[in-house]
Amino acid sequence: MPFDAANLFPILPEIAILVTASVVLVLDLYLKEKDKDINHTLTLIGLLVAIGLTGAVGGGEARIVFDGNVVRDGLTDLLRGAILVVSLLAFVYARPWLKDRGLFVGEFYVLGLFAILGMLIMVSSNSFLTIYLGLELQALSLYALVAFDRDSKKGAEAAMKYFVLGALGSGMLLYGVSMIYGATGSIEFGPVAQAVAEQGMDNKVLVFGVVFLVIGVGFKFGAVPFHMWVPDIYEGAPTPAVLLLGSAPKIAAFALAIRMLVDGLEAIQPDWQGMLLILAVLSMGLGNLVAIAQTNIKRMLAYSTISHVGFIFLGLLAGSAQGYASAMFYAIVYAVMSTGAFGILLILSRKGFDAENLDDLKGLNDRDSWYAAMMALVMFSMAGVPPTVGFMAKLLVLESVVRIDLVWLALVAVAFSIIGAFYYLRVVKVIYFDKPDPDMPVLTTSGGVRFAMSLNGLSLLALGLFPATLLSWCQSVFV
Amino acid sequence: MYEFPLLTLVIWLPIIGGIAVLASGDRGSDISKWIALAFAILTFAISLGLWTGFDAGSGQMQFVERAAWIPTFNVEYYLGVDGISMPLIILTTFITIFVIIAGWDVITYKPSHYMAAFLIMEGVMVGVFSALDAILFYVFWEAMLIPMFIIIGVWGGPNRVYATIKFFLYTFFGSVFMLVALIYMYFQADSFSILDFHDLELGMTAQILIFVAFLLAFAVKVPMFPVHTWLPDAHVEAPTGGSVILAAIMLKIGGYGFLRFSMPITPDASASLDWMIIALSLIAVVYIGFVALVQQDMKKLIAYSSIAHMGFVTLGFFIVFTIIRNPEVAGGAVMGIEGGMVQMISHGFISGALFLCVGVLYDRVHSREIADYGGVINTMPWFGAFVVFFAMANAGLPGTSGFVGEFMVILATFRADFWWAFLAATTLILAAAFTLWMVKRVIFGEVKNEKVAGLQDLNGRETLNLGVLAVAVLALGIWPAPLMEVMHASVENLVAHVGECKLPASEAADCVLAVPASVAGLTEQP
Repeated sequence: MPFDAANLFPILPEIAILVTASVVLVLDLYLKEKDKDINHTLTLIGLLVAIGLTGAVGGGEARIVFDGNVVRDGLTDLLRGAILVVSLLAFVYARPWLKDRGLFVGEFYVLGLFAILGMLIMVSSNSFLTIYLGLELQALSLYALVAFDRDSKKGAEAAMKYFVLGALGSGMLLYGVSMIYGATGSIEFGPVAQAVAEQGMDNKVLVFGVVFLVIGVGFKFGAVPFHMWVPDIYEGAPTPAVLLLGSAPKIAAFALAIRMLVDGLEAIQPDWQGMLLILAVLSMGLGNLVAIAQTNIKRMLAYSTISHVGFIFLGLLAGSAQGYASAMFYAIVYAVMSTGAFGILLILSRKGFDAENLDDLKGLNDRDSWYAAMMALVMFSMAGVPPTVGFMAKLLVLESVVRIDLVWLALVAVAFSIIGAFYYLRVVKVIYFDKPDPDMPVLTTSGGVRFAMSLNGLSLLALGLFPATLLSWCQSVFV
Repeated sequence: MYEFPLLTLVIWLPIIGGIAVLASGDRGSDISKWIALAFAILTFAISLGLWTGFDAGSGQMQFVERAAWIPTFNVEYYLGVDGISMPLIILTTFITIFVIIAGWDVITYKPSHYMAAFLIMEGVMVGVFSALDAILFYVFWEAMLIPMFIIIGVWGGPNRVYATIKFFLYTFFGSVFMLVALIYMYFQADSFSILDFHDLELGMTAQILIFVAFLLAFAVKVPMFPVHTWLPDAHVEAPTGGSVILAAIMLKIGGYGFLRFSMPITPDASASLDWMIIALSLIAVVYIGFVALVQQDMKKLIAYSSIAHMGFVTLGFFIVFTIIRNPEVAGGAVMGIEGGMVQMISHGFISGALFLCVGVLYDRVHSREIADYGGVINTMPWFGAFVVFFAMANAGLPGTSGFVGEFMVILATFRADFWWAFLAATTLILAAAFTLWMVKRVIFGEVKNEKVAGLQDLNGRETLNLGVLAVAVLALGIWPAPLMEVMHASVENLVAHVGECKLPASEAADCVLAVPASVAGLTEQP
């Protein structure tokens, strides 16, 4: 097939990110120490351009390009936008932390941008091969980011764990893909879906393939029992890296699940529904229960991630357009909440001090009541208390499981969310009810960070009060 | 027809006021307090429009506002009040003024945040009473927890963290199951409108499960025995204003929930499980009455007295089913519910006033222990007079509002069962015992210690607070007719509704309640 320049049009956002990454990579070599801010500015500009391009090329009919390997549809548009916006916030929060530690170098931005590029490829892939390539690009960049602080032993250990377990997960996934290829003779989602619809679950190779795929998805999401890497990585990695790997990648993992399980294997939905159901219940249970015992807030947030993944799976397993839309809503909202939470930890950190224990948040209300209010919003939202958007997200996934008559599952979910409320409340308690240590220095943050955090926190409230727009976007994807 | 969005205004004005107060900050001046007071009074004045514009002859929803909120799920911004919710809204806006005034000089740590929390709380509570969409209701219902959690936790007593987390988790626990029930009914009714839920036909099993889910939510809030234990803790640790709002309004939201949700949505389950609620209510009245008797802490004593009084409310509500089942005594049903309603409003005034009285003493002596006081009347004669008055009202003295509700509930209970009424009537003795004994130990007798000897009598602010509440208690006690008038049509509507069987035709044989004519016609056919 001859090269057709029109094929490039739907992937302009990816191209913009790639160009930005390349420019930063080269330019960084020539920048003096004091000019490193240019990296930061360029990255932000690149992300903004990519957001603009996402809007420009988005909308309208789905387009499949590059011999059926890449697709641009409603799902792509929305998830691209969400990934880019969340990452933009992450870079804004990360800057002061990097500067304080002499880590304000181009590599952080290059690796971050490549990770984002990988995520964008995942959301716009139309074949198992493309999605795997995107996944690996994202994962390899994130492994390096975790080890980014070279002098930190904990960081190196975390990176090692992340790499080994991540490679294991990817291996499972690839193995599953190969079996599905064997059973169906294709790696494109369209033909695979057709072949699966004809064969059903009679083909044992296909059954094995699906099991491995679900395991792979479980690994990438960090769902129980494939969650072991999550707490260690969150605790060990430098906070900016956690910020990057704990927020937008969840959206990408959602795309992974939707593309593979729904676009490719929807015909056998009843079979993977059962598997997801087990993963969901285990994740909600273990995540919420173990989080209670944590005193390290990064570790606590790791377990909270696991429990939120359980909720996202509730929407996925419902197997209806409504359910997928609610899971998507949840994934996007979760990414925003998690960015806010880690953002606050970065704000509280300063030269030679990393905020990572619950006690480090003590008396935040006395130190800066605006940030305290933002963190409280994030926590109430994670706990699912109205009027924050976390409640709406939970409401929607509960609705989708009640819709398929799994009322007991909804009851299990709310029971675990009560348990979850306890440890989120504990964070609010530390912020509001405890007095700060007297030797705590005054919080100083730049206007940009304050603006980004206000946007981040208030968006949780605004989306909770007016969820209709985002929800209708999510629903328009699955019609 | 375009109507002025009065309810929206009463909900959002205090919330906007709260934000304004936050923005004004604590710059050493009293400006934030004045802004808070202005908003509270303005909101109350506007909410009076609900009373004056209310058509008491109609039991239908009034001041209705309806707009799409989340169109894909049929969730609406749907507001409206009837005779049951309107008085509670006025109570809310009324009491908030006193809370703001009571915290005037007492709160020194971030007073603007304190005032703002109460204003936001006010708007949210009005929202709870006026929401007619289940999800909107739930959002307000849960949103209420956040300001209260902060109020108790930041401005509370020494053990505040334990108390506030217990409060939050108890309430959260109760309500999430209600959420699942609401979602379940959405799929049956294809709407989240509470009024559609009222007309929804539900099988017995579904009704029982939904009833239990509601019971968990509302019983915790009321609070009913045995899930009442958060209340004494929360009351003791909360700042005075927090206690007042808790006792005067938040507890009423549980009672309101029974009237708006449990009874009309699941009448058959309510009718078959009413013995349980009645038993729990009587336990609350008698057992908790005895528990109150032995309290050493004044706030705890009033907290337990609240539980006992709220037992009266739930008794009045659920006695209705016994009366309906027994055709010979028809007519008492409306009285039971109205008695419960009057009791709720009256308890709002009385318990609020009593907590303010304890606050007055606490601000001066910094102790709530009964044993630390004695002979207060010698140094604070005006204060002593007020306390005695409110204590009498709490014990149900005729002429005060406390008497009206209790009397009506006991009268209604008599029509159902003599022994229940007998047990309920013990409250007249028990409430008198625990309240007056406390008054005797705190107010009368010799001046006990130097602190009491050095007490200053009420200042103007406190006199105003207690004086207005005393007038309200007296007015409602002597002339309760206006209140009964506005709620009468709505309560009759409700009684007629809960008296009808809602089971589907296939289960009509199990109906203990009257079978509606439309359904009865269907089942008679072969």
